[in-house]
Amino acid sequence: MFYREAGDFKTSYIDDGQTFPIRFDRYRFYAVLAVAFLVVPFIVGDYTANAILLPFLIYAIAAIGLNILTGYCGQVSLGTGGFMAVGAYACYKLMTAFPEVSIFIHVILSGGVTAAVGVLFGLPSLRIKGFYLAVATLAAQFFLVWLFNRVPWFYNYSASGQISAPEREVFGVAVTGPHTEAWATYLFCLVFCLGTGLVARNLTRGTLGRSWMAIRDMDIAAEIIGVNPLRAKLTAFAVSSFFVGIAGALFFAVYLGAVEVGEVFGIQKSFLVLFMIIIGGLGSIFGSFAGAAFLVLLPVILKLVGVNLLGFPTDIVAHFQLIIVGSLIILFLVLEPHGIARLWNVTREKLRLWPFPH
Amino acid sequence: MLDDSEGYVTTDGRKIGGVVMEMKNITLRFGGVVAIKDISFDIREGEIRAIIGPNGAGKSSMLNVISGFYVPQEGEVWFRGAKRPPMKPYEVARQGIARTFQNIALFEGMTVLDNVMTGRLTQMSQNIFTQALWKGKAEKEEVENREMAEKIIDFLEIQRIRKTPVSRLPYGLKKRVELARALVAEPKLLLLDEPMAGMNVEEKEDMSRFILDVNDEFGTTIALIEHDMGVVMDLSDRVVVMDYGKKIGDGTPDEVRRNQDVIDAYLGVAHD
Repeated sequence: MFYREAGDFKTSYIDDGQTFPIRFDRYRFYAVLAVAFLVVPFIVGDYTANAILLPFLIYAIAAIGLNILTGYCGQVSLGTGGFMAVGAYACYKLMTAFPEVSIFIHVILSGGVTAAVGVLFGLPSLRIKGFYLAVATLAAQFFLVWLFNRVPWFYNYSASGQISAPEREVFGVAVTGPHTEAWATYLFCLVFCLGTGLVARNLTRGTLGRSWMAIRDMDIAAEIIGVNPLRAKLTAFAVSSFFVGIAGALFFAVYLGAVEVGEVFGIQKSFLVLFMIIIGGLGSIFGSFAGAAFLVLLPVILKLVGVNLLGFPTDIVAHFQLIIVGSLIILFLVLEPHGIARLWNVTREKLRLWPFPH
Repeated sequence: MLDDSEGYVTTDGRKIGGVVMEMKNITLRFGGVVAIKDISFDIREGEIRAIIGPNGAGKSSMLNVISGFYVPQEGEVWFRGAKRPPMKPYEVARQGIARTFQNIALFEGMTVLDNVMTGRLTQMSQNIFTQALWKGKAEKEEVENREMAEKIIDFLEIQRIRKTPVSRLPYGLKKRVELARALVAEPKLLLLDEPMAGMNVEEKEDMSRFILDVNDEFGTTIALIEHDMGVVMDLSDRVVVMDYGKKIGDGTPDEVRRNQDVIDAYLGVAHD
């Protein structure tokens, strides 16, 4: 009933090109923001923050990053875990080397460091495509994890080989270290998540986004109309790695607090983020959020239903989770390659016309 | 009439200017195959120049040389009074040469509007940081881009499909969108690779009208390859005829039509 664009005329190109052209969508977005910033921090508990909200926000940032590279620019990457590790270790080194600088700036700088590393590993993309590029990024994944394991400088020569985040504050409230409040870490990640979402949206709807999509859809034609392929691909690698690096830094500093690189940022992490964008929707910012939410919530819901409600043993439920995720990926690849985002769009088209079929 | 270096006046009274692009003794080889052999011709400002010839004559190769896709082994390409060094296709595009393709090369995942706006990439100047902020300069540039795109969309009468994904369009419209994408760059030289291939009579008439309108309205210099003789003879001011990689005729449609070599190439020669 309320999902209408009739009478909602656009009289300028700015209005026509805005992120939520339909009024109802726009207001709902503001409502979600208001709830996220003004309501959730007051009611969030430790369990909700650590099991659902923090991983969702951080994975959403990583998924947006990978989606820019794979969904928008068409360059498959299996190195997400490795790049997240770069962000985490950059953040660790910065935090310990410059304790007086705000953690906020450290996280952004970690993104910058990761962007530089991403560009370096993106260089082969000019020569190799598709599966071969995927294998090259896979090499980056293993090399980076190996590097952080083997070079003691990266973990400040600590005996355990782990890195752990020292306590840092933003506006006098601890966001890293052992004495953090759930609402503080949540808000800290939320700010980054909102920022990345907006920047990603702005980049993908403008000139740069079009040059990425041109490269994705037909690289030869893109070059003929004036896209510099090297530049387009490397900016995609840089922006993507920047976001993934921020996600890695937050994952380490705010969410986990202490990290053993091989366990946390292994190849499974790369696949997890890749699954998120496949299920959520390639080439869609909303899809990145949807995919992250889905894969974060799935284990929680399965545990709730399987263990608490039906009384199955935990390990069986864990196996079920693998089966369900696996079959979902196959289903999505076969039936709806554009993921949840496309399903949502189809529903929206129907809603706009409801109750009429056409 | 053609010897005048200052240009000439066409039969329908349009004034044709100086030389925009000159190909001097171009030879292009693929291994042992000679695709283009020692061909020279020029394209003048404001004219519609056709390149014709039987299958395999080297027409498309010639267009690819102009658009920088192939680098000829011998010969020189002069563009707007300067010799062009070997350059990448995107650099050629930045010089103001736009083209369409024989087999449509649109970005299938994007809408018509996005496709057309992508055509103006060469005119965009905002960097990644202003684009990330969006408000201000990037938004202003985007609106200017959109205005130009809408002008071309109006011109080619594709307003009602502007938000349709290209993959859903029929062939004839795709061809038109591709023309729009090339036009929106405001090219100094527009290359059309078989703009009427695979079209029915009605679509051909539409396309011919658009090509003439483009030339008339924007004064765009056009070089095109076409198989349909009737279309070529009606549209173009001057025609280059190629056969087996060699130039066998060059001149107005009437001159070319009377050229014995051209008649032989198209109709065959009796062996005695």
